[in-house]
Amino acid sequence: MRFYEYESKALFARHGLPLSKSGLAHSREDARRIAAEIAGPVVLKSQVLSGGRMKAGAVKFADTPDEAAAHYDAIVPIVVSGQKCRAVLVEEKSQVQQEYYAGVTWDGRRKLPVVIFSDMGGIDIEQVAERHPDHVSKTHASTLLPPMPYLAKEAAAKTGVSGADLTRLAPIVSRLIEIFFRYDLTLAEINPLAKLEDGRFVVLDGHVDLEGDARPKHEKLLAELGIRPEETRQARPPTDFEVRGAQVDAGDHRGVAGNVVEFDGNLGLVIGAGGGSLTLFDAVRKHGGRPANYCEIGGNPSVKKACALTKLVLSKPGVEKLAVMMNVVSNTRVDIVARGVVKGCIESGRDPAKTIAIFRIPGSWEQEGFKILKKYGVEYCDRTVSMYEAAGRAVMKMKA
Amino acid sequence: MSILIHKDTTVIIQGITGREAVNMTREGLNYGTKIVGGVTPGRAGRDVYGVPVYDCVRDITSKTRVDGSIVTVPAAFTRDAVFEAIENGIKLVVVVTERIPRGEVAQMVELAQLRGARIIGPNCLGILSPDEAKMGGLGGPAADARKAFTKGPIGVMSRSGGMTTEICNTLTAAGLGQSTAVSIGGDAIIGSTYAELMPLFEADPETKAIAIYSEPGGRMEAELADWVREHRSRLPIVAFMAGRFMDEMPGMRFGHAGTIVEGKADTTADKIERMRAAGIAVAERIEEIPALIRQELGKRGA
Amino acid sequence: MPGMFIDVLVDPKAASDAALVKKLVEVCPVNIFAAQEGGGLRIVEENLDECVLCDLCVQAAPPGAVRVIKRYES
Repeated sequence: MRFYEYESKALFARHGLPLSKSGLAHSREDARRIAAEIAGPVVLKSQVLSGGRMKAGAVKFADTPDEAAAHYDAIVPIVVSGQKCRAVLVEEKSQVQQEYYAGVTWDGRRKLPVVIFSDMGGIDIEQVAERHPDHVSKTHASTLLPPMPYLAKEAAAKTGVSGADLTRLAPIVSRLIEIFFRYDLTLAEINPLAKLEDGRFVVLDGHVDLEGDARPKHEKLLAELGIRPEETRQARPPTDFEVRGAQVDAGDHRGVAGNVVEFDGNLGLVIGAGGGSLTLFDAVRKHGGRPANYCEIGGNPSVKKACALTKLVLSKPGVEKLAVMMNVVSNTRVDIVARGVVKGCIESGRDPAKTIAIFRIPGSWEQEGFKILKKYGVEYCDRTVSMYEAAGRAVMKMKA
Repeated sequence: MSILIHKDTTVIIQGITGREAVNMTREGLNYGTKIVGGVTPGRAGRDVYGVPVYDCVRDITSKTRVDGSIVTVPAAFTRDAVFEAIENGIKLVVVVTERIPRGEVAQMVELAQLRGARIIGPNCLGILSPDEAKMGGLGGPAADARKAFTKGPIGVMSRSGGMTTEICNTLTAAGLGQSTAVSIGGDAIIGSTYAELMPLFEADPETKAIAIYSEPGGRMEAELADWVREHRSRLPIVAFMAGRFMDEMPGMRFGHAGTIVEGKADTTADKIERMRAAGIAVAERIEEIPALIRQELGKRGA
Repeated sequence: MPGMFIDVLVDPKAASDAALVKKLVEVCPVNIFAAQEGGGLRIVEENLDECVLCDLCVQAAPPGAVRVIKRYES
């Protein structure tokens, strides 16, 4: 879960990382006031959850408070990679001598945190690593031993940093490593970490990602930073349909009917589980079908939950039919899902036989499930029909 | 033969009195697994389908040989349970629990490496060696498991628990049984990756080919491709790649926790290219896997 | 009112047996049975369709006293 720059910096500030004077502007008057307080040249930066702000023109420099106010108005409407501007950070402009990069993330292959450091900061670190590998160091940290300061020193020294620069940089990187561990981050990054003309180092831009599964552990921090529980911080904000999907899942603890994602097609999908949904969604698209949604059912959802999900999908304008499909199930029960989707159709005022294009969930309690489907005239198939073939039958019915 | 587990493997279940664990115990016993004990703190003296419950792992390991443990306790207690198993000398730990923060998983994995133990999972359905034993919920009730899984020459590894059963069922229907099927888990960091399990299949004379299920996100497929190239494996591998639509939707999370496209290396297109370059056949559909396996085996004159 | 898929019929004599009512409430994993205030048994209609066919209620009662009807079979 990505933090905005101002949230990342608020977290850094709590742990004593050096930052420039700044304030968060929600109006042009805010921008003017903050610039006046800083009393010097400032930079205004759009707060968005994506990179590429500079290119999009969402970062501007101002010499006077009036100029800052004008820039505020120019920045706010700019959408960067589909992300809207939440606010504008007004920050003291720094006299930079050199830019460094410091980051901590997971090395999935080694299954350890890795400290990445470069004396070529300010640009995309992956590019630097590709073109100038000798300017990037990688230092792995243990997850069992407490993080020691020498790791940070080694990380910087490997790129040739020495003297006073090394003794000033190392404690900053060391604190970044501590923050990474303490808050279950998947990324803690300072880019650039700038050396100013007077020899001091400051964090000019920072980026923090908190692991979704660790959110419950850090509720207090999130509340203090003003991050609300419903903020998913995905690549795009959730639609109303998706918010209602999350409510269906949260409304009943029995099983999963989650991760509802809206698409613009006419075939509603009640699919599962994690891997099965990915496979089935691909299959529907490969047959030329247009899904209205993505979702994942599993973990043996209750009849009530499967019914609520069915009703939600059918409530979406333009949904003509449903495809109910899963991989061979062992935990989820075929009969329970069958009851749920049939009930969902009827409660939506639709005939299950006409609405459900195909029901392909073989496995646990399938005989009982098939009896229900037969009674309501729903077309179903067992494990001899592949997931791909079942998706094809559903798409065929849409075209008929 | 099989890998990881067989008829004589002795197993305990940590968290045995939980709702899902009770099912898992009954299913495991019915399948023939030797479940020698269970642990739930404060519940010592009870039994679950005849399996005695203890307060501590050491209460069992001090009395009898324990080869493996299934950990199915809430996420907040999982690290503790895994440490307890490993520090009491258990060498195979299957972690079923999902939603464990990555940092804690990495700690379990690091400890396992230190002690020479192996972790499968987290966020997995476990291991099944047909007609031998199963650890975890994989395949469900014994009768259902016997329908989908049959003994034979194919090693199966899958990032999805449900798709492990789907693939084995497809293999079974085509007359290809399995040596062992491993649901390796859907998280970004897991105890045993494809490449880390390959040497075990490689050493198992009964295994003749490998089928894998993979997804976007992570470097596991690239790691497997490198492994295959470096070790000139005797085993042909057929992979199925799900979630191809995700390539067009970077930053969105679908499926498992480890399934997200953050960079080019996470895309299915990149993974497919790397695997094919290493000689791994990639199936477009699940039902193509058996024919591709036979074709690959034919090429090698097996 | 029966559920759309499941109905549970309890013999009136069994329904007034306080000990049996307590047992039925306990065994049902999806809370189909509730004790009525002032004695007696109440069927929780909105939970009928959640029945997992575990048969625990049938086994807890004297033979024939509790019947689970699969309405989709008739």
